[in-house]
Amino acid sequence: MSEPTSPKMAVSDDVMIELKAVHKWYGQFHVLKDINLRVQKGERIVICGPSGSGKSTMIRCINRLEEHQKGQIIVDGTELTDDVKHIDQIRKEVGMVFQHFNLFPHLTVLENCALAPIWVRKMPRRKAEAMAMEYLEKVKIPEQAKKYPGQLSGGQQQRVAIARSLCMNPSIMLFDEPTSALDPEMIKEVLDTMIELAESGMTMLCVTHEMGFAKTVANRVIFMDGGEIIEENEPEEFFTNPQSDRTKLFLSQILQH
Amino acid sequence: MSIHTPHPDLPPPVTSVGAIGWLRNNLFSSPLNTAFTLFALYLLYETVPPLIDWAFISANWSGDTREVCDANPSGACWAFVRVRFDQFMYGFYPESEYWRINLAIGLLVALMVPLFIQKFTRKGLLAAFILIAYPIIALQLFAGGNFGLESVETSKWGGLTLTLILSAVGIVASLPLGIVLALGRRSNMPIVKSVSVVFIEFWRGVPLITVLFMASVMLPLFLPEGTHFDKLLRAMIGIALFQSAYMAEVVRGGLQAIPKGQYEAAEALGLSYWKSMGLIILPQALKMVIPGIVNTFIALFKDTTLVLIIGLFDLLAMIQTAFNDTNWLGFSIEGYVFAALIFWVFCFSMSRYSQALERKLHTGHAR
Ligand SMILES: Nc1ncnc2c1ncn2[C@@H]1O[C@H](COP(=O)(O)OP(=O)(O)OP(=O)(O)O)[C@@H](O)[C@H]1O
Ligand SMILES: [Mg+2]
Repeated sequence: MSEPTSPKMAVSDDVMIELKAVHKWYGQFHVLKDINLRVQKGERIVICGPSGSGKSTMIRCINRLEEHQKGQIIVDGTELTDDVKHIDQIRKEVGMVFQHFNLFPHLTVLENCALAPIWVRKMPRRKAEAMAMEYLEKVKIPEQAKKYPGQLSGGQQQRVAIARSLCMNPSIMLFDEPTSALDPEMIKEVLDTMIELAESGMTMLCVTHEMGFAKTVANRVIFMDGGEIIEENEPEEFFTNPQSDRTKLFLSQILQH
Repeated sequence: MSIHTPHPDLPPPVTSVGAIGWLRNNLFSSPLNTAFTLFALYLLYETVPPLIDWAFISANWSGDTREVCDANPSGACWAFVRVRFDQFMYGFYPESEYWRINLAIGLLVALMVPLFIQKFTRKGLLAAFILIAYPIIALQLFAGGNFGLESVETSKWGGLTLTLILSAVGIVASLPLGIVLALGRRSNMPIVKSVSVVFIEFWRGVPLITVLFMASVMLPLFLPEGTHFDKLLRAMIGIALFQSAYMAEVVRGGLQAIPKGQYEAAEALGLSYWKSMGLIILPQALKMVIPGIVNTFIALFKDTTLVLIIGLFDLLAMIQTAFNDTNWLGFSIEGYVFAALIFWVFCFSMSRYSQALERKLHTGHAR
């Protein structure tokens, strides 16, 4: 097993996510081919790969935004099936942050954050709002609570989106290219928030091309191409000593910049 | 190099702003534009003063018989409208019971006032009261029969009262029904989807006149002998179903404009289908289509005049009936102008209200 980068980022032996021989098709198109993945509690996994390789599809299968057709996905002991109860159970455990934030534009920042705790966790409104404020403080934008998402910068919006997910008190966080819609000067503030989250022991799966983030935070990097996991290694090894030609090609392309 | 001295703010040249600038830019910017402006002014000159003269200056307001009007034929005969006013408002409702209609409408207005007051916080509760309890109270008042109130058959209801009742019922029923149909049409469930599509396409495909005619003439043929099914109720159901099909398509337009990410974010947070619709999707979609919704309401309001063909006497029908009064022959222009004015006031109010609502709900850009 991989060495924890810092004592704070300890990895335990509990398996949080398990994908066993997962396949998925869009019509005739085979997007995910025999995906096998085990994620332990507290792991920070970065997923990279060329466009169209199925990275988003894979992590979206984990909270059932996409349906897999073959194989097994088990999240925190619950298997994803057509059973709505299982899906609801898993969605309570899994938070997701999107490339385009997907905040609710008709609700204030505070309402965005308190909504799911109130309606899904049945928390009293006051308690939910107090908790939302706590998380907004954690992502360092408590002063924006009464504003609407449309009045915030991209980086601020993404941090609200992170706070909104955290308000559901998830044990796993999925990130799908959280910084790729942001201007360079805002990328750092979002990455800093994510680093803090990693240090708090959150299990994280993160699709990103931010290799600096991968090096400092991830304990494993997964490389996907053509719907398959091609390579999987510790960041150090992955970047300095890639095994497959496709990985080498990909790394040479993204590290040029 | 000289030292920079800051420029003071100067007023813009007179020719580019203010009344003169506006006139120049908008009305006389080119020879063609100038010609159009002059032509429009000429048309206004030819039509507006005579109209004002007819409607106000030379108009006959007083008198209970047509003699006054006959003596002064160059002005409008508002005396005709005045004499018939009560019937235009209340139809054939017994005069001694007018207070019941006034009370019902007054009550509604009083109940609705707090909805427009910013500080009032129990709006949801009040709205629920208006939608659930008020119709029962109003029905008791209009129809009577209980609490010592004289019973008044629906065939006696008429005039503006009837127009308002039909529109209110149509509006209140068609919006929720339309929303359900729109959601149904976008559902993944094949049966729900087909039922919604068939329903919407059927009702959109037939003219309202046909619907009303069917409801009034054909329906009783299919119902078992002796079942009494109020004609007004049938018209209400017909109008509500007909308009809900239009409403469904308006709402569907809004639903389609909501980005997929909104659905996904709601799902990822664990919100159920109904919660994500009710809390996330519909509030945004409906806000987006307020102009379309109000447009449908306005069309519905005016379409209620069609109930004339099944023998219900709405405002327009009451006015047309008055034309046949042998004591007041020949004043149809006044009647129609009065009808137009009333309809315009209501429709214009709805339009203004929708604009105010849009402004109030505006929360910045979607993204
Ligand atoms: N709803 C869909 N229907 C059909 N094909 C789809 C759908 N969504 C994605 N695809 C296809 O599946 C493949 C994988 O898509 P996916 O979004 O998972 O790629 P990705 O690795 O996230 O790429 P990117 O880096 O561009 O986000 C792509 O070829 C894409 O065209
Ligand atoms: Mg993607």
